[in-house]
Amino acid sequence: MKALNRFVLPLGGFALLVLLLAIGLRQAPDKGIIVSPLIGKPAPALRLPLLNEPAVMLDAAETFRGRWYLLNVWGTWCPECRYEHKALTEISQRYQIPVLGMDWKDDDAAAREWLQQLGNPYEQVVTDHEGRTAIAWGVYGAPETYLINPAGIIVHKKVGGLTLDIWQREFLPLMTRSGS
Amino acid sequence: MKWVLALIAALLCAGAAPAFAVDASPPLEDPVLQQRYLGLTHELRCVKCQNEAIADSPVEIAADLRREVREAIVAGQSDEQIRELLVGRYGEFILFRPRWSARNALLWLAPGLMLLGGAFVGWRIVRRRGALLANDPSTVDSEGESS
Repeated sequence: MKALNRFVLPLGGFALLVLLLAIGLRQAPDKGIIVSPLIGKPAPALRLPLLNEPAVMLDAAETFRGRWYLLNVWGTWCPECRYEHKALTEISQRYQIPVLGMDWKDDDAAAREWLQQLGNPYEQVVTDHEGRTAIAWGVYGAPETYLINPAGIIVHKKVGGLTLDIWQREFLPLMTRSGS
Repeated sequence: MKWVLALIAALLCAGAAPAFAVDASPPLEDPVLQQRYLGLTHELRCVKCQNEAIADSPVEIAADLRREVREAIVAGQSDEQIRELLVGRYGEFILFRPRWSARNALLWLAPGLMLLGGAFVGWRIVRRRGALLANDPSTVDSEGESS
C-alpha cells in the first residue's frame, strides 16, 4: 500500500501529464489554422464590384446558384497566392470547376496586371477593398479557398496555398460523395 | 546616480511608446462606449498573429476587426452579441477568455481541482507525520532531545 502511494501515484500522475502533452503536441501543426465555424452553413452574402467593371456588382449566390464553385481569396501582395496560381489554373481547367476570385484589400490596377501576366483562372473576379465581406466569411489570411455546393452551403475551406494534391485529397471526394 | 535613473526612465518610455501607436483610430465620443471598445479589443484574439489581442496587433486584419467591433458598438450591439458575431465567423478560438461550456468545463475547473488535489496530498502527509510522531515514545516527553 505504501509502495503504491509513493511510486505508483506520482508515476501515474506523470504518465497522465505525458499523455496530455503528447495530445497537445500531436495537434500542434494545425494550431495556426482556425477551423471555420462556417463549414456546413450557408455561405454569407457576397455582393462585390467586378474587378474589370467596378460599376457592376456581382452577387455570388445568384451567379453560382445550382453550381459547385470555389471562392478563392487572393491579393497581389500575397506571395503564396502567386505560388498557388498555377495549381488553381490547372484545377479550374482540368476539373471544370468555376472559380470566383476575391481580390482582397488590393490595388485594382495591380490585380489586372497580375491576371494579364499570369493568366486568369477565374470565371469572375470581384474586389473587396475594405475587407468587410472577407470578415463575414471568416477570412484571415490569403490565400484561402472555399468550396460551395449547389445549395449554397460551404462544404470545405483550405487556408494556405491550394495544390493539385490537396484538391484531389480534400476537395474532390466531397463533390463526388454528395452527388448533385 | 540621478542621471542613470533618468536614462533608465527615458529608455522605458521609449520602449513603451510604440505600444500606444497600434490603434490609430480616434476614441469613441462616448467614454462608456470607448471603455467597452477597449475591453472587447483586448479580449479578442488577432486571427493572424495569434498571441496578440486585436488591440495590440499592427496587422491589417486586426485593424479590420477593430473597425468591425467599433461599428457594432456604435450600432448598439451588446458585448455578448459582438462576441457571438465574431465567434460565428472565426470560431471560439477568437476569444481569449474561453466560455463556460461542457467542452471547456475542465479548462475552467482544472486550477481548482489541482488546488484541491494538492491540499489533499498535503493533508495526508501532515496526518501521516502526526501519526508517526504520536506512535514514537521517544519524542513525547522532552522536545529536542530525541535520540
